[in-house]
Amino acid sequence: MAKLNMVKALNLALLEEMERDPDVLTIGEDVGVDGGVFRVTEDLHRRFGSRRVIDTPLAEAAIIGCSVGMAIYGLKPICEIQFSGFAFQCFHQIENHAARYRQRTQGRFHCQMVVRMPYGGGVRALEHHSESEEQFYAHIPGLKMVIPSGPRTARALLTAAIRDPDPVIFFEHKGLYHAAKEEVPDESEAMPIGRAQIAQEGSRLTLIAYGAMLRVALEAAETLQAEDGVTPEVIDLLTISPLDRETLVASVAKTGRAVVVHEAPLSFGPGAEIAASIMDGAFLSLEAPIRRVAAYDVPFVGFAREKASVPDVARVLAAARETLTF
Amino acid sequence: MPRTLIEPQSPIERLSILDSEGNLDTALEPKLSADDLKRLYRAMVLGRRLDERMLRLQRQGRIGTFAPIKGQEASQIGSVFTLKPTDWVVPSFRETASMLWRGWPIETLLSLYAGRLEGSSPGPEQRDLPVTIPVATQLPHAVGIAYGIQYRGEDAVVMTYFGDGATSEGDFHEACNFAGVWHVPVVFLCQNNQWAISVPIKKQTNSRTIAQKAIAYGFPGIQVDGNDVLAVYAASREAVERARAGEGPTLIECVTYRLGVHTTADDPTKYRTDEEVKAWEQKDPLTRFRAYLEKKNLLEPALEEQIDEEIVRGVERFEAMPQADPLGMFEHAYAELPPHLVAERAEMAARLAAPEGNGAPTEAEPTSPPMRGQRRTSRWQN
Ligand SMILES: Cc1ncc(C[n+]2csc(CCOP(=O)(O)OP(=O)(O)O)c2C)c(N)n1
Repeated sequence: MAKLNMVKALNLALLEEMERDPDVLTIGEDVGVDGGVFRVTEDLHRRFGSRRVIDTPLAEAAIIGCSVGMAIYGLKPICEIQFSGFAFQCFHQIENHAARYRQRTQGRFHCQMVVRMPYGGGVRALEHHSESEEQFYAHIPGLKMVIPSGPRTARALLTAAIRDPDPVIFFEHKGLYHAAKEEVPDESEAMPIGRAQIAQEGSRLTLIAYGAMLRVALEAAETLQAEDGVTPEVIDLLTISPLDRETLVASVAKTGRAVVVHEAPLSFGPGAEIAASIMDGAFLSLEAPIRRVAAYDVPFVGFAREKASVPDVARVLAAARETLTF
Repeated sequence: MPRTLIEPQSPIERLSILDSEGNLDTALEPKLSADDLKRLYRAMVLGRRLDERMLRLQRQGRIGTFAPIKGQEASQIGSVFTLKPTDWVVPSFRETASMLWRGWPIETLLSLYAGRLEGSSPGPEQRDLPVTIPVATQLPHAVGIAYGIQYRGEDAVVMTYFGDGATSEGDFHEACNFAGVWHVPVVFLCQNNQWAISVPIKKQTNSRTIAQKAIAYGFPGIQVDGNDVLAVYAASREAVERARAGEGPTLIECVTYRLGVHTTADDPTKYRTDEEVKAWEQKDPLTRFRAYLEKKNLLEPALEEQIDEEIVRGVERFEAMPQADPLGMFEHAYAELPPHLVAERAEMAARLAAPEGNGAPTEAEPTSPPMRGQRRTSRWQN
């Protein structure tokens, strides 16, 4: 086992999968000699050459559009969009084509491809560099939407995403890239897409989070245990779509209460879908209304105000306590 | 330090071999066998006759909106004719003739316009992408496929079709740029039919030609008389050979004209004059080629009747298709049905099994009311 940060863990998954399968390519802006602006593709260029690690012209629509063509042809492109805020330039290629080719051609062609992008706030970045937009992709049928929460899940989920026959949108939280090191197995590891993990077993309350918000939820759980004598169950969602309703419902059926935490703006966000799923499956177990802690419904605010906007432990605690004392 | 010219603007070639008066430039006449010439003509007539039949089917409410090709048969057939079955075709939504040539069955094309995704499903060996609706977005796909061909060192090329309006979209420019940088085997075939719905080419671009746009991306562009099947064939063959030889992309601008409506939901009398249409009717690609073949004594007797018979059989096969099974919608959304879709499918299955009156509709609503002979002016289906 090696202790790796998330950048190194992602890099390892890319390296392993490119070594394993000559049809796997990496494509994007600055992914080659520069190794990506966050160095996730570091060294791949040297090992695999510029035909497999493709530095493209600066054009997101063509990165995704050409990758759709490559995937139809039988290659397996892993695309890097430099920042998720710039994926709107290629959103149409993702929605109109990557997500639809399998259905459109009744299975004759499909798009086995991964679109990796850094997302999320808390890193004092420029406008369009801090948003969380997973809800857009989660809403598109035909896609899978994955968000790891640390080095190990990042490596194992990226491996699974590359092997997945369907297009996978893969969000990497910038705040997590260097946040912590974690043991990552020496052997290549793939974990199933579409399954949540119980990050911490507990009772009386389920905290549901993913990406960087998992750490916020875990910290809040610690405080609740110390100050309120409640050990909440904490679920790391990992896949936003398809949603692991079974795990969510089973947990809330046991605990009776739920708080969902995400960085995406509140309205029409993943929390609404999660809450509705819980209502569908565990309504009679609910002891209190489901609460959502999310970013406010304003365009991302710039870093002078991001602390006030991105959910923090205090807001999660407040929501949890309201729920517990309802 | 004076101002200097970096490079004089490359002039753009325009190729025309057989003009609308039937004048032939014998020096440029391609060496095509009698058999090939007959196949070219046959494919153009099939395109025309099916188009006319489809228009009637649409007016009768038996299929929905589609984009007719009348006038563009030479551009489509002259170009697609130069490909091998192992080459790839990436069409837009107006390539019925090219698609027929590539082996898409009549009933499959009709079923697409009757609202079934089955009509977008190429045969197992077919290296053809289906009709795509968002303008220009198919062009990067063609470039990606061409990259794959180059990556695997395969002997194949990609031909992709689009209209003049598509050349204003970012996807066109991004695709050309990538193709130029990657030097991949792709032929961009623009059918400049003068109109993008109601917007004429003059308002679409301030470029004198579309062909010249290739220069900016570092590969050749050529303008051809798109109603002259011999010219389209010659330019396409050259481009396909260049691509096959590893010499990279080419942009071909076929100057042609859409003689009919933009789609069956369009009324072109609102934006163009009868005189203009009449002038282009004089340049009909079929009349011209027919005269050429007549001189060579290559016209087959009863060809039209044979083709009509073929179309009748295709329409019969289309009408004999079983109704679309609603549960089919779940089949190919993902490689494997995720749990929430298993649940949704079960819900629908139960609804379908429910007694009369509670079930889901098993038949699509007619896409347009039977309005034989009447012009549809509603634009909502664009
Ligand atoms: C991205 C996009 N925008 C708008 C439309 C609606 N639309 C369909 S065809 C068309 C005009 C296309 O013109 P052109 O590219 O010249 O092709 P033509 O229809 O003349 O063959 C428009 C605007 C569309 N299908 N896709």
